[in-house]
Amino acid sequence: MRILQIQKTDWSAGLEKSRQDYRLIGPVKEGNNVSKFRELAAGEEPDFSISTTTMSPKSVVFPQSEVMFTFTTDSASPDCNIMKVPESSYSPRAIIGIRPFDAAAMNIVKMNFDTPDYRDPYWCDAYEACTFIGLAVTDPESCDFSTSTGTGPFDISGLDVLLIDAGEYFLVEVVTEKGSTWVRSAGFNKEADAESIEVLHSMRKEAKKKIVSTVAFENINKKETLDLYNESYWDSISFPCLNCGTCTYVCPTCWCFDIQDESDRKKGRRMKNWDSCMFPNFTIHTTGHNPRNTKLMRVRQRFMHKLKYHQSKYDKGILCVGCGRCVTSCPVNIDIREVCKQMNNS
Amino acid sequence: MINPYLPYPVRIDDIIVESEDRSLKTFKFVFLDPKDEEKFSYRAGQFAEISIAGVGEIPIGIASSPVEKGFIAFTINRAGKVTSHLHNMKVGDILGVRGPLGKSYPWDTMKGKNLLFIGGGFAFTTLRSSVVYLLHPDNREKYGTIDVVYGSRSPGMLLYLDELKEWEARDDINMHITVDRTDDPNWKYNIGFVPPIAEEKAPKSEGNTYAIVCGPPIMIKFTLPVLEKLGYDHDHIILSLENRMKCGIGVCGRCGIGEQLVCKDGPVFTLAEVNNTPKEF
Amino acid sequence: MQTCINKIREIAARLVKDETIEMVIGFQEGTIPMISPPISVRTADDVEKLTWSSHCCINLANYLTDVKGKVAVFAKGCDSRSIVNHIAEGKVKREDVVIIGVPCNGMMERHTISNLFGDEIEEVVEEDGGTVIVRGKGREEKYRKSDLLRQNCRVCVHKNPVLYDELVADPVDVPEDIKRYEEVEKIEALAINDRWNFFADLISTCIRCYACRDACPTCYCPTCFVDETQPQWVGKGDEEPDVMTFHILRAFHTAGRCTDCGACVSSCPMTINMRAFTKKLEKDCLDLWDWEAGLTPDMRPALETYTPNDPEDNFK
Repeated sequence: MRILQIQKTDWSAGLEKSRQDYRLIGPVKEGNNVSKFRELAAGEEPDFSISTTTMSPKSVVFPQSEVMFTFTTDSASPDCNIMKVPESSYSPRAIIGIRPFDAAAMNIVKMNFDTPDYRDPYWCDAYEACTFIGLAVTDPESCDFSTSTGTGPFDISGLDVLLIDAGEYFLVEVVTEKGSTWVRSAGFNKEADAESIEVLHSMRKEAKKKIVSTVAFENINKKETLDLYNESYWDSISFPCLNCGTCTYVCPTCWCFDIQDESDRKKGRRMKNWDSCMFPNFTIHTTGHNPRNTKLMRVRQRFMHKLKYHQSKYDKGILCVGCGRCVTSCPVNIDIREVCKQMNNS
Repeated sequence: MINPYLPYPVRIDDIIVESEDRSLKTFKFVFLDPKDEEKFSYRAGQFAEISIAGVGEIPIGIASSPVEKGFIAFTINRAGKVTSHLHNMKVGDILGVRGPLGKSYPWDTMKGKNLLFIGGGFAFTTLRSSVVYLLHPDNREKYGTIDVVYGSRSPGMLLYLDELKEWEARDDINMHITVDRTDDPNWKYNIGFVPPIAEEKAPKSEGNTYAIVCGPPIMIKFTLPVLEKLGYDHDHIILSLENRMKCGIGVCGRCGIGEQLVCKDGPVFTLAEVNNTPKEF
Repeated sequence: MQTCINKIREIAARLVKDETIEMVIGFQEGTIPMISPPISVRTADDVEKLTWSSHCCINLANYLTDVKGKVAVFAKGCDSRSIVNHIAEGKVKREDVVIIGVPCNGMMERHTISNLFGDEIEEVVEEDGGTVIVRGKGREEKYRKSDLLRQNCRVCVHKNPVLYDELVADPVDVPEDIKRYEEVEKIEALAINDRWNFFADLISTCIRCYACRDACPTCYCPTCFVDETQPQWVGKGDEEPDVMTFHILRAFHTAGRCTDCGACVSSCPMTINMRAFTKKLEKDCLDLWDWEAGLTPDMRPALETYTPNDPEDNFK
């Protein structure tokens, strides 16, 4: 793998240069002490001081609300009532400063949106337009348990480039051809010397060591679905839950969505909006029957999906990258690590 | 690249009121582009999303049969937002259809076997599709005996009554039509709920018969023990499940029961499969 | 604080033995700093899990709405007012709830602490005498608790439970010089466009997770208006008109019922101060009808009642 070295004093100029070929998206602070990924305005730089953004970067390829189709219900129009795919541009974009676990989450979510049977063009086209320029986690947060979910602070599995902040300079692992194209576009070409590469290795080791929070889930895979489903602990786990959608909305691997038509007089659009298994409306039938009509059932669904169903279905680990967002954002501190422990051990 | 969310535009070609209370209507749709009909190649038991611009989409089992060409048909109960809107539409109106979606009944597995269909109320649509398919001269000899137990509240609530009577007169299918009750002195078929009629009339299984059951939950609940009594194994009892759906292609996540998605991995499941999954439907 | 926790456990130990009581609802230690989540205790073994801290931000009245049978609940001043509101609205029967009042000197705002400290926080220790020690990344800072309080706690005039079966500690003093509506007055002083922009900016980061609604004891409608489908009153997307409709309508639904417990703000993952909506309505209810929510179980909330003395200036 090619490893480059970028002096921090050269960073801004390179970033600006790459704008000729890429739209830039990165982490920014917004509102009152919260952060998210969004397109960076001219001259604006990604804020690398943010460790884990409040909102995951899933919105880059899966916006909270997205137009799927437009339509007219004007009977005078030859296209009356016929869905039209809106003009959208999927020009190349570079996601600067995405954390390795968030990029790994993209790979997991891809299994849902890009299947042998169906391909969700909105998610896939946006994803394919992205070049993921990751930023290694050198100073992990205490709720980061990414090393035990198959990713980790320096994981490159979802990345095209990995940046490592080494103080005066960035070390740059160029992971893919896509990454190499971005590096070229930004004009970064100084190869790292052997000494710097040594620094990279030791930083990687050091960062991994700093992550002390872990989960184990192998036993969950061996247990029968219905046995886990019928456990008595769901009562106490779900008791404090407010049934809000926070955990699912901040999660980089939650992909559930709703389809809604919106009209203004005769013009309208069909929207794809985030949805959440925490909401009663998610599953209610027209008859009023709701197959998951209690808080307990909805909380159980979320954890069973993440920790059991996904594991059994794909045999590729859990539907969680260990970013810790749900742990820190949950208003009542329902901690997936604790739930995982209960499911795995009892 | 195909957009799996993009409906095929169709025109309403015919609307038939199916029930005396007018809550059920069959809509025949014709594709605006005949090439779309080729793409919409389906098997009995599959469903489609019916799409009305500005209102939404609704998953509905396909009531027409693959052997019927030039149109597709859906029998729709007026219940929610989309179906109520559809009930007020007229012949000639344009809407969309997305599909076919989901798995059909296991026609290949069931080849050479006897078949028992048990239906109740308006959940007879994909069973109608199945029977029409089976009775077609190209298909009839590929399967063994065919028995149909179909019941409804009253004669006026039975779907496809004319067809039912036609089938009743044939000798290559055994029809057991029933109603919960009727005042009609000329009613010459059964009176009684579906489960006891099935117990009385349905063939026993010696491992060579598949039962396909579609109906309201209460009917299914009381029919399953009857089938067990008649010797049907759980992997020979086939159900078609319903859940709230949106995408219909296994992506949006809401119709999941355990690790299965009703829209994509179903809606057709064997009872054996259903037994191994949370009953969240 | 430890005295208070001991007393809480002592009372809970007695209550779990009472067979007529289904459960005791209180707070437990969180798995991360600065949060004490609710817990229901049913057995003597679990009593030790109960705790108390300045992070008990959730309003426990929220857990009474759909509970069957008799329950015991620990209640701060605001929680007790929400219980009173529940009783007044027929949501809970007085005889079905054992209220253990906890006089309260205010809860702390975790985002405020995080902002002040800067680094990730590993531990927050509250000392007697109103000092708070914050530790993380190998350093330690001392703050005055009063600087870390939630905004609603800073302007709270009902620190002591208004309705209770027993108290965990002696009532606390309520200062007389609290300026309750300074924040509202600032917004009232804005020009109308600026006021709109203020609120638009306030909710600009809203993700519609509905944590504010779901943490709110007054938001107990079986189906919230945003979830109605026939008719659908409001779009489900992330655009301002729909998000604003949600916040404004929710606020109006709580008018005369909101006790300014601040659970909405504390629960918001995006740290939105939606109290800016509800506090104004609280002030109006006080100005127009001399009404404060949750002080007496014998009266329906202001907007549900009419008396001949009601001012009529607002009817146009």
